[in-house]
Parts: sequence; structure tokens; C-alpha cells
Amino acid sequence: MAIFIDENTKVLVQGMTGSEGTKHTARMLKSGTKVVGGVTPGKGGQSVEIEGVSLPVFNTVSEAVLATGANASVVFVPPKFAKAAVIDAIDAKLPLVVVITEGIPVHDSAAFYAYALEKGTTRLVGPNCPGLISPGKSNIGIIPADITGPGRIGLVSKSGTLTYQMMYELRDFGFSTAVGIGGDPIIGTTHIDCLRAFQDDPDTDAIVMIGEIGGDAEELAAAFIGQYVTKPVVGYVAGFTAPEGKTMGHAGAIVSGSSGTAAAKQLALEAVGVKVGKTPSEAAQLMRTILNNLRG
Amino acid sequence: MDLFEYQARDLFESHGVPVLGGAVAFTPEEAEVAAASMGGRVVVKAQVKVGGRGKAGGVKLAENPSDAREKCEAMLGMDIKGHIVKKVMIAQAAPIEAEYYLAILLDRANRNFLVMASVAGGIEIEEVAHKTPEKLARVGIDPNVGISEAKAREIVLGGQFPADVVDQVVAVLLKLWAAFVAEDATLMEINPLVKTSDGKIIALDGKVTLDDSADFRHPGHEALVDHAAADPLEAAAKEKDLNYVKLDGQVGIIGNGAGLVMSTLDVVAYAGEKFGVKPANFLDIGGGASAQVMADGLGIILGDSDVRSVFVNVFGGITSCDAVATGIVQALNMLGDQATKPIVVRLDGNNVIEGRRILDAAAHPLIQQLDTMDGAAARAAELAAK
Repeated sequence: MAIFIDENTKVLVQGMTGSEGTKHTARMLKSGTKVVGGVTPGKGGQSVEIEGVSLPVFNTVSEAVLATGANASVVFVPPKFAKAAVIDAIDAKLPLVVVITEGIPVHDSAAFYAYALEKGTTRLVGPNCPGLISPGKSNIGIIPADITGPGRIGLVSKSGTLTYQMMYELRDFGFSTAVGIGGDPIIGTTHIDCLRAFQDDPDTDAIVMIGEIGGDAEELAAAFIGQYVTKPVVGYVAGFTAPEGKTMGHAGAIVSGSSGTAAAKQLALEAVGVKVGKTPSEAAQLMRTILNNLRG
Repeated sequence: MDLFEYQARDLFESHGVPVLGGAVAFTPEEAEVAAASMGGRVVVKAQVKVGGRGKAGGVKLAENPSDAREKCEAMLGMDIKGHIVKKVMIAQAAPIEAEYYLAILLDRANRNFLVMASVAGGIEIEEVAHKTPEKLARVGIDPNVGISEAKAREIVLGGQFPADVVDQVVAVLLKLWAAFVAEDATLMEINPLVKTSDGKIIALDGKVTLDDSADFRHPGHEALVDHAAADPLEAAAKEKDLNYVKLDGQVGIIGNGAGLVMSTLDVVAYAGEKFGVKPANFLDIGGGASAQVMADGLGIILGDSDVRSVFVNVFGGITSCDAVATGIVQALNMLGDQATKPIVVRLDGNNVIEGRRILDAAAHPLIQQLDTMDGAAARAAELAAK
């Protein structure tokens, strides 16, 4: 077990024929991901040879699903065309759509997130995220597969490189799944979604949650942990020493009701029993102690 | 991007949101001319992107054009919470009967848009939200549905607006929503939305934030950028598409990915406590950076006279460590004798062995390689203290 993706996940690459799409398709194949085809409107019927595998290209996700039995897609389509690509995947009722693209206008993300919510058949991860990996089983996105192997830690993070750093710090333990949820204002899968899935996953023993300053996602996650999560959670929040940013207008403050500082997030997390490290290595050390205790 | 008030006014006007006459003035002479063309009393308003300017003396009533000139002269150069006033807006004055509040914004937590409307507008709106939340209507908007006239009416009634202005406020809300969508805004706030003594509803002050990611479909937004505001190093970085923020310390920081760079600032700040040094900047070279991008980044940081040492912290995901190493060597070769500051490098991840080999082979006296983020941060802090 793992969360969201495993050895049975069959992946379509939307934008596979572009340079980023091709490069990362090769890396996903190399790490054992079952990539079954690509989607590029207007290039249907072609096939592309990547890493010695001949991959069919389709015009639409629905056609691709019919032909390949795919149950997930990863989107490398440029920002201008990303909304149409994601809508296409939602219309095909793909259970999982991972949007790697950076720089999608937030009105577009808001529209496709609302659309996915209304249809109720697709989980979106991202946009502007590194994707997710269940080491040894499947790797969807751009997370390097060789940092560490399978294990029993679940990881959820807004940031890509901090995900890598934390996987590296705990590489001797390994991970069930690591999810980079992305740092955009609107994302499809939140810390809370991942915490819930890790709590319910029999193959995850403990959870690392990485946050960043700004917004109130970590405070909301803390409240959820208090209600639902019984597995040990270690937190890390980047930006303890960042100077306070400017805010504009009153609207933001009215809505979030939180200062968004790292210290506020730490307090909220510690209040529900989460151990919070001040640096990635300190957080890793806290996790190390927990896992060693679990192992007795 | 946050807009100045006068830019927000112009944008509102172009979308049919009712505003009063207003013009930007960079000099007292321009202020006088603008006031003369409007006739009567005008308001001179400092144009700064920060709240609380009224209390700081940044809003003054002027009786006539020469008074506007004097008020403008006094205001230019004023420091309002660290923002220097470089321009003012000359706005028509209007007799105000009531102040309301109206805003549309991106709601991160609910992942949709939010309209807020209240009969109790003005500078105390945050207090209204806190103490008398029943006076503030908050209604989520599905981006694929938008705001119908019926929905707008429901919101305005929820905000407890008096019956005689409901129709007008509904019309303003519909125009504001159209503008919000058309301009790819993440915030459009009217505070106050006023009722004048002749019963008209007018947007008296506005705050607008536009989504930079949508610039590709708004060629006109480029003209709204405040180029004068950027620090010279920040401007140079922006030109090279680097995400750079100048801070007030001594250790230059370069990394890949905003999260890791922010984390690097923390680790350096902790390590620096012992030596009395702090991070000098935030610089994210982004994902998949080329050697050229790395060299550009290092060039910017070494150009900062406050910097005494540099910490390059890269965990290669898409970014390849050999490109980073090549970029460092390239920048140092280009700078030659001008490069004098020590550079501490920590590389891990994608192609790390080749990256470390390139730096070893260069054997440059300014470069030191360390294996861990903590160790490298401590060394960079120590070097900055010397």
C-alpha cells in the first residue's frame, strides 16, 4: 500500500511531445512508472519512442483512456493551455491528475478545481508541484527517484526541493509515499487530504509535514490532526526568520484570520502534539527518534 | 502585482465602476493643473502601496488649485511607513453621506472567490468583521458560475445596505465582478464605497491586485508595473528572471526552489547568531536552471556590497548539479580579480558527483565545498564574520 499511486497506476503524460514532457517521461519510465501513452491535441495517431518504449500519442484524454486503460495523468502543458488540458482529463473521469506546470493563472486553476469538485471523479494534485512518488512502485512528476527507497514514512510538502531535502535526510528509513502538493494559491490536494490518506494507509507509520509561511494551510492541518490523526506527525515550517511581507488591503487579513508566520504555525502544530523542527535536519532527527521508538 | 490607487481608479473607470474624477501628479505644478481642470475643492492623496496613509497625513483637502499645489509639495517626499511618496492623486471632492465596503478576492482556504459586502465601510472594516460579523456579508463564488443579478442582490441585502441604494450597489458589484474576471485580478476592494449627498454610489478608494501569472493575456498590464520601486539589484535580477529579494544581512544566499531557499535563510540565521551575521538576500534560481542562470545569480549577489560570503545550497531535482557547478566557475572566471568573497557550496541530488568533480577540478581559492546544509551554513556564517 501507499497513498494515491502504486504499482498498478497507469499514467498518461499530457504534453509528452514537448521538451519537458519528453525529458520527464524518460525519467518516470526509468524509475519504473507505468507510462502508457501521451496526449497532445493535434498529434493523435503518432507514437514516440522514449527509453526504448514506443508510446502512442492521442488527441484527447478520453481516447487515450479507452485505448490504454490509464487511470492517472501528469500535466506538463504550458500555462496558456493547461486549463484546457486539465478539463480534458476531468471530462475523461481520470481518478488522478497531477499538474506540474508552473505559472498557471489563478483564475484558470480556480476554474478547473471547481470543475473537478463538481464532477466528483478526479483528484487533482498541484498545480505548480513536483508530483508524488511511492518509491519502488510509481513516480508521477519530477521528484528524483534515486534519493531513497520504499519505507514507512509518509511525507507531504508544499515545496519540491524541501521534499527532496527531507527524503534525503531520512533516506535510511524510506517512504511509503511523498507528495509535493505545490505552493500555488489554489491547489487540488491539500495537507489535510494527504494527512487523512496517510492516517488511513496501513503501510504508513509516521508522517512528516512540511509547510511554509503565509496563508493558513498549516493551521487548518493542525486542527485536522487534532481531530483525526493518531499516527505520530513531525512538522517543519520554512521561513522562521523571513522578514514580514507586506499585505495589501484589509481583505486578506479578514479572510485568513491568521498572521501566517512560522511561529504561529509552529504553535498551532505543537498544540495538537506535533513535534516541530526549526530546521530540516532537526525535523529529521525528531522523526528518527520516533521511528526508533516505534521499532522498540 | 499591487496597483496604486490612481491605477485602480482608472481600471475601475474603464470597466464602468463609478468613480470620481482623478489624476496622478508627480510635481506640485501638475497637481495645480489637475486641480484647476477639476474645479472646486479637491483631495490630494499620497500614492503609496501601504495602508494607514490618512492617519499619517497622506490625505488632505485642498480649497483651490494653489492650495492643491502646496499640499502636494508638502506630501511629495514624505515617508509613510517606509514608503516614500513620489506621486499624488488629485481627486474630486464629494460630500459623503455614508461609507460602505465591497470587495472580491481569491479565497485560498475555500479555493474559490469570495465577495464581501458591508453597510459599515471605512477604515474600521476589520473591526466590523471581528465585532459585528452580521454586518459583513461573505459569500463564496463558483468561478464557473459567476455572479448573477439575483446573487448580487442576495449579497447586497446580506450586507445590510439600505433599500434606497440596493439597486445601485448591485450594479456596482456586477461591474466589479466583470472587471475582476476580465483583468485576472486576485483582489478588488472598494473601501470606502460611498453614498454622496445627492444619492450616488461611488468607489472612492480602491485596492487592486493583479495575477502576474496571467500577464501573457494582458499586454496592457506591463504599463502598470512600478519600475521605480525596485531596488537596483532587485531590478537587475528581475531582468534576468531571477526571484531575488534584498535583505539586510551579510551572507549571500542562492538556492533552487522557494521552500529550500527560505529554509536556507533560517539555517543561516541560526548559524549566524553566534557570529552576528544574517542572510543578505533571498535568491531562487528555480527549477532546471542552466549554468547561465546560476552565473547570473552569483553575479547579482557578488554585486551586493553588503555581502561578505556566499552560500550556494542546491538539491538537484530537475536542476542538475553539474550545471550549477559550471555556472559558479563561469561566473568566477568572468569576474576575475573582482571576485573576492568566499563561496561555500553544498550540492546534492541530480548529477551531484559530476557537480562536485567540476568544482574540485576548478580548484578555485574562493570555493569551499561542504557535504551538509547545516555544516555549509555554519561555514558561510563564520566566513561572513571575518
